[in-house]
Amino acid sequence: MSTSGMSSVARLGRVAGLLALPIVAVGLYLGLVWAPPDAMMGQVQRIMYVHFPSWIATALAYIVGFVCSVLYLARRRPTLDYMAQAGVEVGVLFNTTGLITGSIWGRPTWGVWWTWDPRLTTTAIMLVIFVGYLLVRAFLDDPEARGRVGALVAIMGFLTVPIVYFSVRWWRTLHQVQSSPNTVDHSMVIALRVMMVAFALGACYLMSRRYEVARLEAAVELLDFDPETEGRRG
Amino acid sequence: MIRAELRRAWALVWKDLLIERRAKAAFNAMAFFAGMVLLTFGFALGPDAPGFATGEGTLLQYLSPGLLWVAILFTGQLAADRSFQLELERGGLDALRVYPGDRKALYFGKLLANLAVLLLMEMLLLPFAAILYSLDLWGCLPALAGIAVLTTLALAATGTFYAALTANLRARQVLLPLLLFPVLIPVVLAAVKATALVLRGDPMNELASWVKLLASADVLFLAVSALTFEYVVEE
Repeated sequence: MSTSGMSSVARLGRVAGLLALPIVAVGLYLGLVWAPPDAMMGQVQRIMYVHFPSWIATALAYIVGFVCSVLYLARRRPTLDYMAQAGVEVGVLFNTTGLITGSIWGRPTWGVWWTWDPRLTTTAIMLVIFVGYLLVRAFLDDPEARGRVGALVAIMGFLTVPIVYFSVRWWRTLHQVQSSPNTVDHSMVIALRVMMVAFALGACYLMSRRYEVARLEAAVELLDFDPETEGRRG
Repeated sequence: MIRAELRRAWALVWKDLLIERRAKAAFNAMAFFAGMVLLTFGFALGPDAPGFATGEGTLLQYLSPGLLWVAILFTGQLAADRSFQLELERGGLDALRVYPGDRKALYFGKLLANLAVLLLMEMLLLPFAAILYSLDLWGCLPALAGIAVLTTLALAATGTFYAALTANLRARQVLLPLLLFPVLIPVVLAAVKATALVLRGDPMNELASWVKLLASADVLFLAVSALTFEYVVEE
């Protein structure tokens, strides 16, 4: 594995990033100007064009994190661990923006910043689970242990999410039911789809950048290794 | 083959329980801690505050299912942490690693020992809660025991998994609850709901769904932990 030059992940990520830019611009125009305001909620509803795509990006990134964690345990390639870490970190990022935009949307619509609604609560718990992944990694110096422990935390956490969702759903419900594309104005659906594609590509770009950073960090860690003390200096 | 694994797991259970029996101090401290949590809730919420919703009974009686399970959750985390600290102190975990056979035996041995310790602690805690909050538990004891076994199994299964994972970490006292509590939220939710339904009656027949949820959480946690435990205790 060479540490100089661009990896294929970085090249693909750059393509995704370059594609994402014009699509975000088109999506924002479609969502903020072209599509009509919501019949009930008015202009406020336009936050949907960043709120919902955030969850698409979150799901995509966490799935990448989970799959790469499973593969890492099986094959032990450091690159798989970098990708798992990139997936979880980008997932945490979009999970946070999803919660924040949801909260901003909830305030004028439901009258509260926070409500104990199933999807809101589930995604908040999901965020705590994956922030735990990042925190545990921070306390492990050995790259092999960091990858292994991280992978196990990611796998157990990811598989628990459905159980969290069912438990909270039975507990209470308030969130609007997912709108079906058939009941929503056609232009809104198009704007939303464009933004979903843009966010997915943006998540891919960010993951590829995070992957590159992790790869370089690993290279630096190797350089920093002091064989005398069998530990890192400083 | 399976018999040999069972024997290995059982040897581990026996060893852990023998340590607990000989050095009662740890168990006593844990049970005392759980009781202390219940007592603290009594001070925090006030013994005479009236109960919500129904208007009858006290606030403590109304909230008792939640308070009880939070106390057990806190104690369970301590028990799981302790069970692996004991192994680390004298290099016990290294010895266990070099034993032949499947690592699943190691997992189920530690899990069953933790489960036994926690169930014993709950047997002391339940009558204490009944006296402290003046609850009438006698009639619904079999149902409560069932819920307690299912819930404690999930608690011990995840507790053993994450305690083994964090045993070597510097900040394990902070990290263990941080990892453990979020995945146990559905379990606590289901346990509290099921306990409240048992204590206050179940007009809508909801109990079965919560018990099913507890059972599926048990199956998931046991399956994932057992299948990955060889990687958890890897050196």
